[in-house]
This record gives sequence, structure tokens and C-alpha cells, in this order.
Amino acid sequence: MQKEYLTIAEVAGPIMVVEAVRDVGYAELVEIELPNGEIRRGQVLEVDRDKAVVQLFEGASGLNLYKSRVRFLGRVMELGVSSDMLGRVFSGAGRPRDGGPEIIPEKRVSVLGEPINPYSRDYPSEFIQTGISVIDGLNTLVRGQKLPIFSGAGLPHHRIAAQIARQAKVLGKEEQFAIVFGAMGITFEEADFFVTDLRNTGALERAVLFINLADEPVVERILTPRVVLTTAEFLAFEKDMHVLVILIDMTNYAEALREVSAARKEVPGRRGYPGYLYTDLASIYERAGRIKGKKGSITQFPILTMPQDDKTHPIPDLTGYITEGQLFLSRELHRKGIYPPFDVLPCLSRLKDKGIGEGKTREDHAGVLNQLYSAYARGLDVREMAEILGEAALSKLDRIYLEFAEEFEQRFIQQGEYEDRPIEQTLDIGWELLALLPRSELKRVKEEHIEKYLPKKEAPAPPRWARLAR
Amino acid sequence: MKQGVIAKVSGPLVVAEGVPDAKMFDVVRVGHEKLIGEIIELEGDLASIQIYEETAGLKPGDPVESTGAPLSVELGPGLIAAIYDGIQRPLELIQTQWGPFIRRGAELPALDRQRRWHFKPAVKRGDLVSPGDIIGTVQETPLVEHRIMVPPGLAGTVEEIKEGEFTVTEPVCLVRTAEGLRELTLMQRWPVRKARPYREKLAPKEPLSTGQRVIDALFPIAKGGTACVPGPFGSGKTVIQHQLLKWADAEIVVFVGCGERGNEMTDVLIELPELEDPRTGEKLLKRSVLIANTSNMPVAAREASVYTGITIAEYFRDMGYSVALLADSTSRWAEAMREISGRLEEMPGEEGYPAYLGSRIADFYARAGRVICLGRPEREGALSVIGSVSPPGGDLSEPVTQNTLRVVKVFWSLEDKLANRRHFPAINWLTSYSLYAEALEPYYLERVGREWLDLRREAMRLLQVEAELEEIVRLVGVEALSPSDRLALETARSIREDFLMQSAFDEVDAYTSLEKQLRMLKLIIRFHELGREAIARGAPIEQILELPIREAIAQAKFIPEGQSERFAQLEREMEGQFEELSKERVAG
Repeated sequence: MQKEYLTIAEVAGPIMVVEAVRDVGYAELVEIELPNGEIRRGQVLEVDRDKAVVQLFEGASGLNLYKSRVRFLGRVMELGVSSDMLGRVFSGAGRPRDGGPEIIPEKRVSVLGEPINPYSRDYPSEFIQTGISVIDGLNTLVRGQKLPIFSGAGLPHHRIAAQIARQAKVLGKEEQFAIVFGAMGITFEEADFFVTDLRNTGALERAVLFINLADEPVVERILTPRVVLTTAEFLAFEKDMHVLVILIDMTNYAEALREVSAARKEVPGRRGYPGYLYTDLASIYERAGRIKGKKGSITQFPILTMPQDDKTHPIPDLTGYITEGQLFLSRELHRKGIYPPFDVLPCLSRLKDKGIGEGKTREDHAGVLNQLYSAYARGLDVREMAEILGEAALSKLDRIYLEFAEEFEQRFIQQGEYEDRPIEQTLDIGWELLALLPRSELKRVKEEHIEKYLPKKEAPAPPRWARLAR
Repeated sequence: MKQGVIAKVSGPLVVAEGVPDAKMFDVVRVGHEKLIGEIIELEGDLASIQIYEETAGLKPGDPVESTGAPLSVELGPGLIAAIYDGIQRPLELIQTQWGPFIRRGAELPALDRQRRWHFKPAVKRGDLVSPGDIIGTVQETPLVEHRIMVPPGLAGTVEEIKEGEFTVTEPVCLVRTAEGLRELTLMQRWPVRKARPYREKLAPKEPLSTGQRVIDALFPIAKGGTACVPGPFGSGKTVIQHQLLKWADAEIVVFVGCGERGNEMTDVLIELPELEDPRTGEKLLKRSVLIANTSNMPVAAREASVYTGITIAEYFRDMGYSVALLADSTSRWAEAMREISGRLEEMPGEEGYPAYLGSRIADFYARAGRVICLGRPEREGALSVIGSVSPPGGDLSEPVTQNTLRVVKVFWSLEDKLANRRHFPAINWLTSYSLYAEALEPYYLERVGREWLDLRREAMRLLQVEAELEEIVRLVGVEALSPSDRLALETARSIREDFLMQSAFDEVDAYTSLEKQLRMLKLIIRFHELGREAIARGAPIEQILELPIREAIAQAKFIPEGQSERFAQLEREMEGQFEELSKERVAG
């Protein structure tokens, strides 16, 4: 017989204190029955002898101190998972929100998950083609990687995420593929955009969506990524699927965490976020990867908006320390009308080296990547210099680099929202751009690759010192 | 047995009451699953315990038992090539027992109890032995002779000693001490928070060669020294640590992955068994011990992981080895400390870190050093400690970086600006420093020659000059510089791109011996000298910069090890090209 308590002593924000409890475990799931019969859920955050501190997932409104009944369920928060979840839309806590029936679970699993033994991990090395040049060419994504997009308010990160969801594939393989999408505190329009886009392209039947909108309970957001990843782990490691997880927007998630922490009167760390923000974020991001002996994989694309475009803000900062690289969006390029507006220089995919080259993409990939990077970096330097000194003060070579930077943005970064560029095309565009530079500047590509891939020019160039000396 | 009970559970912190015989830092077993924890605060009858595992489901009233001993590690044959979690549980065994996810309450011995090792005695019956004396050896791997020592605090006469095959728990030696007969096994235990004793500490005098040019040439670390690598994310801290793990010329390397990425540990695990030591030709795994407590593993075990690592490192130092301990990242360790301190409701210091952060960091780095080990035969061991620091937002004024800089002697400053330009390793050559440079001079003079010191000084000078000239270029453009200044700029660029930049992923470039470093640097500096002479003779700077030898200098890093004649040939070619240049001048 389950005990019911009528001993709520205190409610503050999303936190509730229940007294005179017995046999309550840490992290246990709690059900609260409101006077009107509505059932809310919560989780034990702390037990101190006979006092339990409970975090309410769906907010405290309507809660009454004396008439609400509290039941401790004796188990941690679990999610019933099933392959039937594909094609469905759920709330941020895992309840159907598409009007469809409840899921009949194949099994119930704790949403907290268990850490993957580092010894059991398999190193991600399979190239995923997204059809976006900046990602495929310069910041190659591999299966099992976690690669966040650092965006800002008003930048088109959701369009990019949708494009990745539409186009991502592993070349030359027909495999089971699924998308698990978690939305935390985004607006109805944004959520609707994803649902419509997935439906229109027919991808919805391979997708599971968990949506917590901006006006829905804040604390539910703490649950959402965990529910998402629990589903993803089930599909990947028990159903052999390759799962792409999109989490948007991690900033809202961290805000929710801060709210709970403040309500508990914890000692705050940087900018009021709890000291355990790093650990907490890691418990989400680290649930990506591959496992030896398992077919499936989890690849994560968390998206976060940097408050005031500040990458030193704790949320992007701690995220960057956990994830395997990051993709920055640039407000400047967005203003120039370039889509996707990737801020190329600070972008990085840490696992790219294992996913590129002969047999994976193309033999010349590493060289082209490095050469494009350094040339664009130099081009941007020159652009900055030209702003101070004027273009007249530039040397001839500098002017070439300036032009390169311009062309690079227009032809390499810029592409259509529905343009799915194969990797060969991405690399070929790279070579066309490199052809703008004098041969002597191509120090990072191998000679034999230059012969093979560099578009031939009409007239032979004059000796280089002669040109420079003029 | 009497037991205490849980009073309160809050995340990784449990408060228990009535634990019999509770002592600070004793290990306790908590709850029905017997989770492992450590007492970190005592107040009256209450003991605060940090739990090394996930605490979900623990309830007030659950039993708490003290083991009566502090958190310790097992030291003996079987450590090499092992991979442990933060409290020395073998991850390989956990996988075989429980599959790919880590379950709670796992209790497995750190050292294999079944495996037999061949023990060769080094002392005989009747010998007097005292702490640290080597009583025999076990050839653990082709690279590591595991020296079995008398544990600290034990002395007496050898009553019996056996040669043969033994497990780590079987007695191999019987010692008659003042308190009676004692059995010695191949294994001993040591509490992780206590530094292992040695006879005497010495000043470091020999460099720890790493094969990384920017480190060895500009900012060397000594054997027994300390270094820190702070840098924002994406600046390449982990790659540097991995490079040191692979190429540092220590006899034993202990790598602690403290609160970092799981896939990075996997990378190490997959690569190490493949890589060969450039000096011995043996597999690098055969000298490494790995501790992996990734960011999603329990936070308290992360706090313990650096201590587990350094205790194992000290144990090998005591055998007389040169050991390197790499901790990636100490910030995660400090954050774990902060998290626990917050739960204890201690008064926070700067940025929420506990007020004792500084002393904990200092204590940790103080365990490094070159020492005369305890016991006979007399031997010298060295423990070098290299910790990476992950300052939030790359801001070096934060407490962990500042407290670390106060105690370490080498500072490799990583910059994301360099990383964004793909200048790797992204160690800034202007802000980094090594306080060992002077102490190591006699070594270089004796082993490498004065030339090395001169080249280094000249390279540093040119980089400094470049920084100054760049200010001018920014204002008036490069055309306004004198030819010799332009040459200096170009040489500095060459030092940066052709010498300091080093690819960790290129087979040849990943490791450079001191000898090749000297030849490479010599080539660049010689070019500068010849260039200056040529300018003095009136050669136009453009022509100097167009000499084909510059291409060869840029490619010099890809010349395989041991081809000094190739460098000699390049030097001759360079002289030739400059001669050619002045002939043209005369003729023209």
C-alpha cells in the first residue's frame, strides 16, 4: 500500500518541501495530486531525515499546502520506450502531445542513464555527409560525435539544423537512421517549423519529437534532454539505428537549471549558474557516441544561443569544453545575406581527422582544408588591415587574399537551403578558390594533388619574384 | 558489526550518523548496494561523506559502514597498461562483468589476483632490510622492470625469500621485525592523499624531452619539474597532453583523464597499443598507466582521480624511474572540489571555490620532484607533473589558473587566436615561460653544445622583434620597413611556421628529436645571417626571399629522424644559393 502524504510544508518556485516522510530515496519520482484531481510529477532533490525536498517538473501553480496529496513512487524517473515512438510528438516530459494513443512500452528505463565505460567506446570515424560545405569540407562530422552550433538570437540556426536533419547521410550505405529531436523552451513558431519541415520531407516517420514550448513548465526542460537521450540510446543500442539527436536550445535548459538552483538557495557559481553546471551538461553531452560491438550510434547536434553573442558566457563556454568542437554562426555574414552564416575561423570539429582522407572522403581533403583555412584567415587579416590603411596600401599579394576571402564567402560558405552538395563538389569548389592564389602560396597541399585537382590556368604565370618585385 | 545510518542525501553528499570509529578520510560503504564513499567532514556524531557513485535511491536509515582505512590504491605488478576509473577500479574488468555501461556498487580488485608473475629476489636470507629497499624484481613488460620494495614503515631481517611464480597476494618474503614476523607480497597499499616518502629532494637538472619543438626548444620542462597548460576550449590542451603521453622521454607515464571527454580516452586507448616508442621500439602502452574518469562519471571520483594517479606515479618514482604524470584537466578536479564544498555548505572563496583551493593545488604539485629514493640500492627517481587548466572563457585571472601559476615553473600559454589560424601547438611564444631554462643550461652545454643555447636565444630575440615590428606594420604597412627589418620579419615567420608549428597527426612531424630540432633551427637562423650579409652587399630583399632554399626549409620538418647528412646538404645548398645571388649582383 502506497503512502500518501498531506504534509507539504513549503512551496517556493519549483521546489516543494514535504515533511514527516519515511523511506524516501534520493532522486525518487514523486506524484502530486492536486485538489482538482490533476496529477503533477516531481523528483526528490534532497532527503534530510524525514524531510524531502522535491523539484516539481510541471510547476507549482494550483498547488495547495494542505489538500494536495504527495506519493513517492519508489523508483527513479523512467521512460517507457518503444520503436512505435518513431513518427510521434511528445511533451518535454514524454507524454503524447499529437493526440495519438499512449505508447505501449517495450521496456522502462531510467532517464538518468548510466555513463558509458570509456573502455567500451568505439572511436567515431565514419564520415557523415551533411551536404553543407563548411561542415563537410572544413569541420567534418563523424558518427558518434557531439558538435554544437553556437548561435545568437535571430540567427538562422533552426534552418541549418533542419537542413542537416534532411540531408545527413553516410555515403554508400543503406542503414536504419532516426532523428530524435528535443526542443526546450522554444517558441511555437520554431517548433512548428521543425514539425512541418520534417513532415513535408517525409522525415517525420523516422523521427521522434519531444517538445517543451516557451510557455510550458520551466522545470520540465530539465527532463527533456534526458528523455530525448534515453529514447536515442534505446533506438541506437537496442534497435541498431544511427540516431541524430538535435537539442534546441541548451541555453533555456541551463536557465531552468539555474532557476531550480536558486530556489534551493545553493551557492552560485559563475553568473548565478550552479557550480555543477559542467557536470550536469556533461551528463547530457557525453551520452553520444559509439559502443564496441553495437551497430547503432548517437550523434548529437546541440544548439544554443549565446547571450549577447558572448562565447565566454558559461553556457557556450562549458559546452565547448565538453563537446568535440563547435560551429559558430556569424551575425556579420548573416547581415551580408550569406546562408549558412558560419563564422569559419573559430569553428572546429575535433574528430575530423579520423573521418577524412582516402577511402573516407578524398585523398586531398586534409590539405585543401588546411589551405582554405589559412588562406581565409590571412584574407580576413588583410580585410581588417584594409579597413585601417585603405586598400591602396595593400601589397599585390594581399589584394589577392582579399579577393579570395570575398569569393570564399560567396562561393564556399554560401549555399542554398535545399542545396545538398556532395563532398567532391565541396572539395572542387575549394580547388577553384585556391586557383585564385599564386601557386607558391599553396604550401599546405601536396604537389601531386595540385597536379591532379587544381584547375589549369590558360597562360603560364610569370616567375613569382618578378611579379612581386614590380 | 555496529553500523551507522544515513541521515541526509543530497547529490553526491551523504550525511550519516552514528558511524562507529569514524575518522577523517576513511572509506565507508553506504547503503545496501555498498556504494563507496569517503568521510570528508566530522561534526559531533555526524559524518559527511562524498560518494564515488551515483546516489539515486539512497534513503535515510540505510546502513553506513566504515572500513577503517583511508582511500588507498593497490601498488604492484599489473599496473602497467591498465585503465582505471578515479578510484582505481579496472574498467576493462567492469566491461566484462557488466557490459558497456558502468553500474553502481562494482567492487573489483585493481590488480589481477589470478595472474602469476615471475619474481627474482635481490636480497637473501639474513639480509637487513629497511623501507624502500628493493627485495626483488618482476619483469612486468619488456619496458618495465617492476622493482618490489619494502613498504614504508617496515624494517627487519629477511627470514625467507623465494624465487618463482607468484600472484600479487602470495607472500614472497618473510621479514623478522621488532614486532614479529611480517610477510611481504608483490603488492602494497598506500593512501592516495598522502605523499609517499623519499630520502631527499634535489633540484631538477635534466630536461624532459618531449619531441615537441616549441616545448623542447623554447620552454623546456625539467625531469621532476612542474608545468601547466591553460587555454580556452579548442586551443589544443588535450592534443598536447596526448603528445606528451606518447613522446615524453619518461620511463613511466601516468595519464589522468579527469572529467574530460569519453571519446578522447577512447582515442588514447586505441592509439597507444599501436604506437612505438621512438627510443626503444617497444609499444608505448607498455609504459603507461591510464586513469579515466570522464565528465559523466561520478563527480567525487573525479576529485579522487588526480590523487590516485599521482600516488601510482610516486610508486614508480620510488623504484628509481623517471615518471611523468599528465592530468587533463585540473580545472575539473577543482570544480569537483567546489561542488562538494558547496554541498557541505562551506563558506565559499573566489568564484564559489573553497578557500582551501590554493593549498590543495600547491600540495598536489609539491608531490613532483627529483628525489633520492628511500632504501637501497641508492637510486634517483623523478616525477614530473603536467596539468592542463581549462579557464572559463579563457580568462587566466580565474582562481584555478592563478593558484596553479603560483606553484608551477613552466607555463605553456595556449591561445585560441593561434588555434583559429591552425597554428598548432597553439602555445604563445611571447607569454609562455619556463623557469628551468637556466637550471638546464649546464646539461645543454654538456650534451648538445653551446650552439643550441645561442640558436635558442636568437630565435627568441627574432620573435620578440617581430612583435615590435608588427606594431609598425599595422600603422604604416610592410613596404615602409627597411630590408633588414623585413628579413627579420620573414625569419620570424619562418621560425613560427617552419619550426614552432608541428602537426600531431603527421607521422614524421609528430616527434622531433633534440638533434633534429637543432639542425632545423640552425637552418633558419643561418638563412637569417646569410640574408643579412647579402643585404649588406646590396642584394634586394625580394630576391633573398625568393631563394628556392626557403621552400626546403619549410619542408625540413618532414625529413625523417637520423638524416643529419640531408641537413648538411641543405646547408651547403643554402650557402651556394646565396653565393649565386651575390655573383648575380656583381655580374649585373
